[in-house]
Amino acid sequence: MVRFDDVGLSYAGHPEVLHDLNFELAEGAFRWLLGPSGAGKTSLLRLMYLAVRPTRGRLSILGADVASLRRRSLPRLRRRIGVVFQDFRLLGHLSVFDNAALPLRLAGRPEGQIRADVGEMLRWVGLAKKADARPAELSGGEQQRAAIARAVVVRPNLLLADEPTGNLDETQAERLMQLFKEMNRLGTTVVVATHNDALVSRHPARALRLERGRLIGTTCEPVAAYALPEPEVQ
Amino acid sequence: MMSRHNLLRPAGFDELGLRRALADRMLPFLVAAMAFLAALALAGWIGAASLARLWQAGAGTSLTVQVPHPADAAHGGETRLEHVVGMLRENPGVASARALSANELNALLEPWLGAGADRLGLPLPGVIAVRLTEPGFPLGALAERVREAVPGTRLEDQGIWITRLATLAQSLQLCAAAALLVVAGVAAAVIAVATRGGLAARREAIEIVHGLGASDSYIAGQFAARATLLAAAGGIAGGVLALPVLLGLANLAAPFGTTSEQAGAFAMLPVGLWLLLPGLPMVAAAIGFTTAQATVRRWLRQLP
Repeated sequence: MVRFDDVGLSYAGHPEVLHDLNFELAEGAFRWLLGPSGAGKTSLLRLMYLAVRPTRGRLSILGADVASLRRRSLPRLRRRIGVVFQDFRLLGHLSVFDNAALPLRLAGRPEGQIRADVGEMLRWVGLAKKADARPAELSGGEQQRAAIARAVVVRPNLLLADEPTGNLDETQAERLMQLFKEMNRLGTTVVVATHNDALVSRHPARALRLERGRLIGTTCEPVAAYALPEPEVQ
Repeated sequence: MMSRHNLLRPAGFDELGLRRALADRMLPFLVAAMAFLAALALAGWIGAASLARLWQAGAGTSLTVQVPHPADAAHGGETRLEHVVGMLRENPGVASARALSANELNALLEPWLGAGADRLGLPLPGVIAVRLTEPGFPLGALAERVREAVPGTRLEDQGIWITRLATLAQSLQLCAAAALLVVAGVAAAVIAVATRGGLAARREAIEIVHGLGASDSYIAGQFAARATLLAAAGGIAGGVLALPVLLGLANLAAPFGTTSEQAGAFAMLPVGLWLLLPGLPMVAAAIGFTTAQATVRRWLRQLP
């Protein structure tokens, strides 16, 4: 499903930000992605949603070897990955409906199905009444929910979320976790990067822990429990 | 709530916001200017070509031969004039050869010598008007033989002038073609710059759509559709604006052509121009499409 073998990442002309990552996520796995700010969580997610390719090592996403894939094969793979960004990345000139419908339209789904699926998803995230609103007219939490609707509307095989609860209150955060868990139960592999310790403790699961670009653990136990920063394969 | 969303993908759904990024003012205006210039260059090209044809068909096939002392005896009891006419008529490249009558000669000379030039007793040469079967027929050997048989005979070959005029017309055509190429190149550059501006303005939207799995051809297609539309609009505007100018020019050029008797504005422009003018928006659209496609695809290669 997702497999990292000695993966390293550096951005052009800069020192490596991720070093020697080794782990594997089976289909249907759920992982927290934990670590202090600047540890490389966002970079790790970027690798997984194919915004960057590893500078060394071997990365396999949804069974495809990323290094050997031709560039024109990447879009198809990206459409099977849902991403909730920290900064939402909604298109300001489109309505909430059109934003959420974008992945389906890019995938060439019929408009009737799009209408049904997006309508249902917006009802679920509580934005049905704001379907025609522009993102700028929404609160931060509403924008977050619109971004979530866009990420999950394609029923992705891999769902990645970067601080998805950052703009949500407790109740909404709980609802979001229920959605993620439901999708996970239906077979989607889910990785959620967060600083929200309360949320992690309410929903205990295995975790990928990053520190200074290295993976220091793959359980949800406190970091201090690890005497040695030992990369671990699941 | 969602009643406005149709069953099909909404027409002109503008996910990249190109309607503002590739605005509908500057680009069509510049393309219209290019199309206007292209229309003039086209007209120049066709005009030069038809002038060259006209000259070659007219002057190119005619030739005058002067025979001094035309009435003196030559071989076989003929006068020198008759002998030259006979030699010319036997030549394969000559369609017709006719000696001008004394009246015709007088009429030709009247502006210089006044009426009754014959009474002045000037030793006028005989003049033979010759029509060739085709322009530019080589006359060197014929001239040689005629001069040998009837010394003093002069073939006034207008071919050399026609050749020069034809060369001039061809140069004009080349200039017009070069102007067309330059105009097309500038149009492509203008569209490339506009497209790059659009890419810079919509960078974030493009990155988002790219991240959601849009292929290069999808994104390039959006830009190309917009650029094609704007370039075609500019091409139509430029062609329409050029029309009155072309008609005016045709009006000025009418005395040099032979079609001036035909009535109506339609007949004033060469048929070729009427056929090519509608091609301007199509060529503009094609330039818009290919330039936008190439520019966007090249730009997208910086994204993973």
